[in-house]
Amino acid sequence: MKERVAGEHIIRRVIAKLLIPFIQLYALYVIAHGELGPGGGFQGGVILGASIILYAIVFGVDEGRKRISQKFSDILTSTGVLVYAGIGLLCVLAGGAYLEYTALPLGSHQLASGLGIYGIEIGVGITVAAVMITIFFETARRDDD
Amino acid sequence: MIDFLLLLFLVICAIAAVRMKDLLSAIMILGVYSLLMAVVWTRLNAVDVAFTEASVGAGITTMLLIAALSRTRRGEENGRKSPNLYHTLAAFAVVLVTGAVLIYGTIDMPNFGDPNAPANHHVAPRYIEKSYEETHVVNFVTAILASYRGYDTLGETTVIFTAGICVVLLLRRKREQ
Repeated sequence: MKERVAGEHIIRRVIAKLLIPFIQLYALYVIAHGELGPGGGFQGGVILGASIILYAIVFGVDEGRKRISQKFSDILTSTGVLVYAGIGLLCVLAGGAYLEYTALPLGSHQLASGLGIYGIEIGVGITVAAVMITIFFETARRDDD
Repeated sequence: MIDFLLLLFLVICAIAAVRMKDLLSAIMILGVYSLLMAVVWTRLNAVDVAFTEASVGAGITTMLLIAALSRTRRGEENGRKSPNLYHTLAAFAVVLVTGAVLIYGTIDMPNFGDPNAPANHHVAPRYIEKSYEETHVVNFVTAILASYRGYDTLGETTVIFTAGICVVLLLRRKREQ
């Protein structure tokens, strides 16, 4: 967005700063709560990405890039898939089939399944949030374009 | 009654989004459309779908479209020719026929929540009865997505990852040149 958008609007900036922590907390809640209620990694990741895009819309794309650097979001993009596939591989190493969470040696089957699903939800959330951020930052117009 | 109102508003939103000359307004109306759609999903007891519709359709898609809009002009081209009457009539006929075929297709579909519908017969009873026992996850939509259909979800995550990589390859390289 352009300078005038980033510059003056104090109401927009105050409201955004006030809202963003709550949006992010809610996103983490949605990711963590996917086992119990509606939601999960995808929806939570989208909300997390949206909170950072909101910051970039209000404060400007370059200011947003200072908070989430290009390198950082690129690393996050692949980290999520790596977490997901890695948990699948861990299950194989533990003697089960690929993504057979109950094979994970975490005590009870219940705990292993719960933690395995929790882990892949986090992986999905990381990738989705990072990709949404990347798409926005690459698509939105910068001052130097 | 509320379903009827929701569907009415959906139709109004869809027509308004198409007719709108200002693209930013059209994007915002699409956001409203998705939010109404999320309410419809909730009315159909599909809360996970409603959640996705609200966060993706009403939330992130609106933002990404605004980002795309920042690279183009906000209004429609002024010098657009007024559409030919025959073209309009032909388009209207195509729409009518397609709509009629779709409505004809719904006649064979089972009623909403019909216990004898094929969808409620095949694997659904097993998921409902056994998913907690087998996966220890209370929400069995999550159990299906993360456990029974774990490969599919891994594939979906990879699709999103690939989309991100493509955006980086196409747009970032262009800027750096």
